[in-house]
Amino acid sequence: MDFGPLGLAVATLPCALPAVRVPVSSGQALGACRLAWEQKAELVALWVTDDRDRDAGFCLRIVLRDDAGFALIEHALPDASAQFPDLSPLYPAANRMQRAAFDLCGVASEAEDQRPWLWMAAWPIDRFPLQRDFAPSPKWEPGEENYTFVRVEGDGVHEIPVGPVHAGIIEPGHFRFQIVGEKVLRLEERLGYVHKGVEKRFEAFGVADGYRLAGRVSGDSTVAYATAYAEAAEALAGLAVPPRAQWLRALALERERIANHLGDLGYLGNDGGFAFGLAQFSRLKEDVLRVNAAAFGHRFMMDYVVPGGVAAPLDPVHAIGLRTQCTALARELATLREIYDEHAGLQDRFRNCGVVTPRLAATLGLTGLAGRASGQARDLRCDFLRPPYDTVLPKKAGRTDGDVAARVSVRFDEVAESLRLVRAIVDGMPDGDHAAPLPPVPPHRTGLGCVEGWRGPVLVALEAGPDGHIRRCHPHDPSWQNWPVIEHAVIGNIVPDFPLINKSFNLSYSGHDL
Amino acid sequence: MLQILRQIAKTGIKSEPAPAPADDAVVAARLQQDIVRVLGRALTIRQVDAGSCNGCELEIHALGNPYYNLEGLGIRFVASPRHADMLLVTGPVSKHMAIALRRTYDATPDPKLVVAVGDCGCNGGIFGASYATLGGVASVIPVDATVPGCPPTPTALLRGILAAITAHAPPVTPDTEADATSPPDAGQNASSGA
Repeated sequence: MDFGPLGLAVATLPCALPAVRVPVSSGQALGACRLAWEQKAELVALWVTDDRDRDAGFCLRIVLRDDAGFALIEHALPDASAQFPDLSPLYPAANRMQRAAFDLCGVASEAEDQRPWLWMAAWPIDRFPLQRDFAPSPKWEPGEENYTFVRVEGDGVHEIPVGPVHAGIIEPGHFRFQIVGEKVLRLEERLGYVHKGVEKRFEAFGVADGYRLAGRVSGDSTVAYATAYAEAAEALAGLAVPPRAQWLRALALERERIANHLGDLGYLGNDGGFAFGLAQFSRLKEDVLRVNAAAFGHRFMMDYVVPGGVAAPLDPVHAIGLRTQCTALARELATLREIYDEHAGLQDRFRNCGVVTPRLAATLGLTGLAGRASGQARDLRCDFLRPPYDTVLPKKAGRTDGDVAARVSVRFDEVAESLRLVRAIVDGMPDGDHAAPLPPVPPHRTGLGCVEGWRGPVLVALEAGPDGHIRRCHPHDPSWQNWPVIEHAVIGNIVPDFPLINKSFNLSYSGHDL
Repeated sequence: MLQILRQIAKTGIKSEPAPAPADDAVVAARLQQDIVRVLGRALTIRQVDAGSCNGCELEIHALGNPYYNLEGLGIRFVASPRHADMLLVTGPVSKHMAIALRRTYDATPDPKLVVAVGDCGCNGGIFGASYATLGGVASVIPVDATVPGCPPTPTALLRGILAAITAHAPPVTPDTEADATSPPDAGQNASSGA
């Protein structure tokens, strides 16, 4: 991104990827974002920090990315009454992030939509958990809010409310369908049910320990989050992790991608009425988890990635086991893909279902795996080559159909590629230490970590306090970008296809609700 | 079609008597007997995510894979609490889910069992009790058994389900004595709760 036309000075930003910090004054924030938008930059994350304790008011932070790297726009706001510009006309995904920023920090945008997003009457509406002087009271009881859903009226229109407790083993969220006959006219999501106060909770951790909480922002992406967190801490500390540690992290990240994609492929078959697929893929996923448990000490590799490297060296015997398993899995995958591809009933459910055209995907900012199925060819592993990816050279998956079939196809391609990557990583693994001690982290600077998780880019922004504690940590899940797109993907589809469409995105509730 | 049948034949039966270690075979056998003894039929479970990070859900899903073959033990996940004998609840209980969890509990017919799953379900885990969380399932509804772990393995989950059932099993009579040959301990990973 070139901010030259606005005459904005850029500073370096601690981050393992190319990144700049762009402080802007009042009135420049929107201009800077518009300039970036014109240069095809994407919105990655938006959050607010309370810096009143060091006489700096509040600060709105916006992370944008394009092919050249990341930019963190920092817009200082004198006090909570200062509104910040509404970015949703440029980036529709900003709508919910702005509302969440108000719910947690008490600084509002100028947007027309001022409905709460993460607030659900569990604390008074005029208290803000991420303000420094927030003091929770034991008297605050869980309450019920009266959320204003958009209503559709007309002949034959009816409404189906679903959730928060769903009819399956799924995370909680509320979906409000407006229906005519069996066709979906409109869907509105209401999320926030699993808000656990993660960002506030980070403040109770030291920088060296926060990786454990980061690894539990969204349990299915524990490696991605822990790695993004560790990279942010290391960038701040100026630590270059040992090469072997980088390779081991990539190994774990690819294993996480394989396990999740296999699980999704099984459930997508099941939701398409093909129980055979679930039995087969859930068996393969279990095989992966069991080998993970042996090699990494945990089925999901929780707490394996730590600041400075990884928690344990990889036993050579297990390395061979990982490699052998991938060869066997690749064969099974090819057989199952052929079965899926040639199953007329399944393809009938998958094709032209839940379509997101590349144009719509670009407008709404669809990202990650779902983005790549709709022509948005971005993948941090390929776009910013770093060890070990600069050696093993991952191939980017991509489709332009944007339907359930495309998202299934991208998963098949990515599992196959990750199986190859695991083997290449095991073969090319450099010798050396698996971790280095994390030096003290300087306070009051923001560092970024960004990793392509299986769902999409996971970002962690970290700032330390003067005592080695975390002052502010903002984890951002790609689900923020993709949840609103599901509202569009289901329009005109039939209600019974919603579970299939939803599963084809498989977005995180916990990672979003924080 | 031929290819599907070939794949099924090639895969064979993957279901394990019960996962290692060896004495888990006893766990599975007892579980089935206790289910019948306590409930007189299959056990139906309603899972409720009350603020989990989704890690526990991954392992609960795994219970259904061919290796653990939960349905083969006579245990089934159902879509409505009204059809359930047991609630399997995860998460530190976010305040936003507290009312929904309470309502789910109220909608479950008596007699009902509640198993709190994961470190978070037991005591709030890494999230603890905060402005947004209540710090464990027992702070909202009565809990019959707890299954610690982050997340607990499928084997630990099976043990926890057994613990909840045996805690409510009627006293062993001479007729059922054969069932009671294994020790009453439910295993390291599961303990009877409040």
